[in-house]
This record gives sequence, C-alpha cells and structure tokens, in this order.
Amino acid sequence: MKATPLSNCERRFLLRAIEERKRLDGRQCYDYRNVRVSFGADYGCCIVELGKTRVLAQVSCELVPPKPNRPTEGILFFNLELSPMAAPGFEPGRQSELLVKLNRLIERCLRNSKCIDTESLCVVAGEKVWQIRLDLHLLNHDGNIIDAASIAGIVALCHFRRPDVSVQGEEVTVYTPEERDPVPLSIHHMPICVSFAFFQQGTYLLVDPSEREECVMDGLLVIAMNKHREICTIQSSGGIMLVKDQVLRCSKITAVKVAEITELIQKALENDQKVRKEGGKFGFAESIPNQKITAFKMESAAVDTNNVEEQAEEIITKAEPPSDVFAKPILHTPGTAQIGEGIENSWGDLEESEREEAVEEEGESEATAFECQKMETEDTSTMRETKKDEPIVLSDSEEEEVVILEPQELPKKTR
Amino acid sequence: MAAGRGVAAEACVGQVVLPGDVLLLPAHPDEDGERLRLGAGAAPRGRLLCGPGLRRCAAGLLVTKCGLLRHRQAGGGAAAGGAYWVDSQQKRVGARRDYVGGGGEPPSCPRLTDLFVHEPRLQYVPVKGDHVIGIVTAKAGDVFKLDVGGSEQASLSYLAFEGATKRNRPNVQVGDLIYGQFLVANKDMEPEMVCIDSSGRSSGMGIIGQDGFLFKVSLGLIRKLLAPKCEIIQELSQLYPFELVLGMNGRIWVKAKTVQQTLIIVNILEACEYMTAEQRKQAFAKLSGN
Repeated sequence: MKATPLSNCERRFLLRAIEERKRLDGRQCYDYRNVRVSFGADYGCCIVELGKTRVLAQVSCELVPPKPNRPTEGILFFNLELSPMAAPGFEPGRQSELLVKLNRLIERCLRNSKCIDTESLCVVAGEKVWQIRLDLHLLNHDGNIIDAASIAGIVALCHFRRPDVSVQGEEVTVYTPEERDPVPLSIHHMPICVSFAFFQQGTYLLVDPSEREECVMDGLLVIAMNKHREICTIQSSGGIMLVKDQVLRCSKITAVKVAEITELIQKALENDQKVRKEGGKFGFAESIPNQKITAFKMESAAVDTNNVEEQAEEIITKAEPPSDVFAKPILHTPGTAQIGEGIENSWGDLEESEREEAVEEEGESEATAFECQKMETEDTSTMRETKKDEPIVLSDSEEEEVVILEPQELPKKTR
Repeated sequence: MAAGRGVAAEACVGQVVLPGDVLLLPAHPDEDGERLRLGAGAAPRGRLLCGPGLRRCAAGLLVTKCGLLRHRQAGGGAAAGGAYWVDSQQKRVGARRDYVGGGGEPPSCPRLTDLFVHEPRLQYVPVKGDHVIGIVTAKAGDVFKLDVGGSEQASLSYLAFEGATKRNRPNVQVGDLIYGQFLVANKDMEPEMVCIDSSGRSSGMGIIGQDGFLFKVSLGLIRKLLAPKCEIIQELSQLYPFELVLGMNGRIWVKAKTVQQTLIIVNILEACEYMTAEQRKQAFAKLSGN
C-alpha cells in the first residue's frame, strides 16, 4: 500500500507554522518529545516510545567462531526493520533507501563508536567468541526513527545479560541462568542520536522532527553523542549548506538532550533491576492483569498559556482579600508559635504519623519510582527538622511561613 | 484471562479481551449435547451474532482481536440472543470489510449490521454516497487519481465538477484537496468520485482552498462529529470563526484566521476523541475565557 501523500495545503501550513515558531504538537523548536522506556520479561528486550514513535529492541547472543582477521574479538550484528505495521508505506522485506540509511547510521553509532567492549566477548581466542545480535523493529512511525532506534538499541544492550561461561583446558561450559547468574556486557559509554531538521535552507531548525515535519524538511543533521560530550557520529543529509555556527549550536543542544536521555535510561535500568530483584511484576507483563490499554491513549494536550498570567492577575484583583485576620501569634519559645486561643491543635498527631512513615521509608533502601524518591527526600527533611528542635508543638515549614506573614502585608499582596 | 480456560461472555462485557481468549456462552437447558448455533442458524430463543473480532469455536466464542468486548441485546426479549463484538481501535487492516454476522449468509436484521459499521477504525473503506476529502496524486488523461485513505485510489472525472465542460476544465493540481462524494464503491473495483449532485450542482463539493490545514482522526471520531446531535462543532463555533470540512474517511480540513487559531482547533478536535463531555466543556470554558 502506498503512503499517504502530503497535500499542498499541509506543506504550506507547516512551513508557515515553522516560520511563526509553532509546532503541531505545541512543542518549542528545541523540545524533545517524551521518551518512555519499558522492558520485556527477558533480559535484553525493551520498547522505547518517543512520542508516538515506538521501537522494539531485542538482543540475543550465540557462540560462534570469530572472524579470521580478528580472532580475539566478539562479533556485533545490528539490524533495523521497518514493517508495514509501523506505517502503510513501508514494504516488508524490501531494502528501501531509508532503511539502508538508518541501518548504516545505527551501525556507525553503536559499532564504530566502540561503545561495546568486543574483546570481553572472546571465550577461546580464535575458536569461540560471542556474537551479539541486536534486532530493532519499528512498531509505529511518527517521525525521528533514528533517535528512537538508537535509544532502544543502547538500552537493550545495557539491559542484556549473556550466559556465564568457564573454560577448563579445552572444555567450554556454558552455564544456565539457574547455575550461575548471567553477566552483563561491558559497555564503555552510551552514544545517543539526536536529529535536527532544517527548513528554508537552514534558516529554521527543529529538534526531534515529527513525521509531518520530516515530510517538509530540507535537510537533516544527526549527531550521536555520549554523556561525556564526545561526538560519536555526525551525518548531514538532504544536501543543504550548513554554517559552522549552526553545527556548533546543534552540538551544544545535543549535549543537553543526551545528558537528559542518559539520565532517564539509567533511572529506567535501575528501576527495572530493583523490581526484578524483588520479584515483582516487571516488563510488558505488568500491564496485562490490570487490563490497562497501552496503545492509542492521548498524551496530555498542550494548552495555550499565553494569557494565563493576566487571567490569574484578574482573578486576584477581583477576589476579595481573605476575611479573617490572624490573631497575633504567641511565641512560646524561638521556633514555636501559636495562633488563636483555646483551639485544639491537630497538627501534632499528624506529625507523629508522618514521622513514623519517614522512619519506615528510610529503613527501606530506596523508593521505586522517581516520584517516590522525591517524596522521600521531602519526608526525611521534615523529619530532620523535627529532630533538631525537640520540644515543639508545630514544626512544619508551612507553619513557619504563616507566622512570618504579617496581617498588614496581606492587602498589599492582593492588590 | 488464560486462553483455553474460557470465561463467561457476560462477565467480560466492557472489559479488555485479547486474541486467543475463549468466551463461554450461556448454556441452554434444552440443547445439552448439541453445539451452539450462532448467526443465521436461527434458534427459537433468538439468534446470536458474533461480530468483528470474534469467531465461533467448539467452546463458544474465540477472540481474534484485542479490544473491549461489547454486547447488545436483540429485540424481542430473547435471553440468549443479541450480538457480541470486539470494539477495537485497530490501526491498520487490509482492504476487506469485516466479516459481519455469524452464519454464511448476511444477517437480515439491519440494526445489527449498522452497529458493526460503526466500529472505530483508521482504515477507511469507501462506501457509496460518503462525502470524503481526497488528495490528488495524479492527472491521467481525463481523470484525476485521488488518495482517499482506502486500499485503492479513487478516480474522479474532470467533467464531474459543476460547470465543467470539455473546454472548460477545472484547475486542479497534483497535491490539491478535493471534497467529493462516492458514486461507485464496490468491492474489488476502483471507486469513483464526483463533485456534483444528481442535479448537477456542486452543493459544497469541489476543490478545497489552498490555505488551511488537513489532519487525520479516527473514523469513530468523524462519525461522532457528523452525528446530527453533535455538540462539539457547535461549542467550537462559539470560540471564533473558522472553516471546517469533515470527510467520512477521517480527514478534517480546517482554516482559521491565524496559524495559532488553526492549531488550537486541530488540537481540540484531536483531543475530543479521548475526552468526556464534561472534560470537553471544561476545556472549552478555559479557552473561551482568555
């Protein structure tokens, strides 16, 4: 089946929108779409979502005789496939120009950057080495395949564990996962591709182009970089002339994006590691029993926030100032205060339970999700505060703010 | 839901089912050893249709698509009758229509067939009389080839425009958008479109202007928007003036005064599919506020 053609009005509108620095999904020029990494049940299997673009990666290994010219090095094999499932325009089993270009770029990004230590894959020099095979499948195409594929590839390689082997004389023993824990590959660094689309002969630049934007772009620049700011690959296509400044600016943006993505990948890997160790549900399996639909959900829509400030100000001016004025706070000792007389204080009890929670949480090694970690740090900080000044009634940081707020200041603020 | 074990079909209505799941049908006391008869095999207690995504098997119904299981009671108060189907959002399917009905012959009850046609899908199948938006892909002799999102391209004669004659050809370029109607839409045949009605008037059809933006939504959303009692369009029109063309093939063309306004409409319409009426009202209130 043919791909849907791009109509003239779409092209014109997209170019005009880009000139006005607007993008279809409400992103800014330098914004990356949301990256989501999820792992499969096996080691070395992951799905990376970049907006609506999805790539599935699977790593497998095999013991093979090495290449004669490199007897002590393992063999790496990369393969990216575009199936009609991703977009109706892709034909199965055909080496299209795009596919060759993407495969070549993946290979340059992962092999030529020497991010995987091939010498450590050698079992018996000249006789047996590990062949690592990385299969990438595009599940859905919404632009920027190369970035999604490069992230999926490196995540799968980092996640992969090969069986442990031992050599005794001539005999090579491969251990099952039950006998010995599988060993991870030794990965020196994580190269990640970042794409830049150029429009109007390089006048306008967009990071992470979507499918529609890719249809109207003039040129594409792909930079692969690791978090040490080392450029692993750089490729410009589309035949546009780029100024030195443009390339330098792109490399700077790449450094920022790569740092963010690397952090995300490491967090995802750590998280998965922990869940696996605890024996909880992990991988794609976790979405099945909940009967959760994992595809075709709407990302939170970008809302125009141009006039939000004015609106908020308007509301504030219209709203009446808070009616009841605080009674003068009574200072018992420095750091403690009381507002109002004779009212029973319910804050203390709450504090107790919070403190318990905080202690419990500190006992655990670490929280599972990132959000949890944040919460935990907050909790522990309040706990520390409470410990500092022991005999207090009210000790929350919020309470302190209330104390500082003088009654005279209130109308001034609202005006 | 392990495959092979089987779950009662009623228990799963409204829940997610996966390919390979087996759904058990309510047992009939008088039909013990005999296999259940579905579809055209009209049983006295009302017949049961299995719609898209379901197939008969020895134990009951076998799920072949993933999605939400739906059920509708047949009229006449038959207990075991009605229709089961899987409400799926399958993104890409082949050019065939879904197998409607359980038996070999098409079901005679029109209400139930209607119900399957309204299954939301992204792949469009041309239907005679549908108004669609097509993109001109080629000019071949006296016909234009239009991409309508179906499995095959549609053809449109240059004489099928209002006021067009052999000498007075319409000015159509490759890549232009055309809003037209299907005159011929048969299985295994090239669909044919026209931009005039039976009296030779354009009645709104023809070439769509050069400005504006075209985007695609699911067929389910288009049907929702084109429903007579649809509030979305009415609510949208209160925001600011804009032009809108809805094609039954899931394409929407929209043009507002500025790029920003057009983008807002596009994003609202795309989001409408996943919003409840209440959420939508809130979003509109937020937009009309500033």
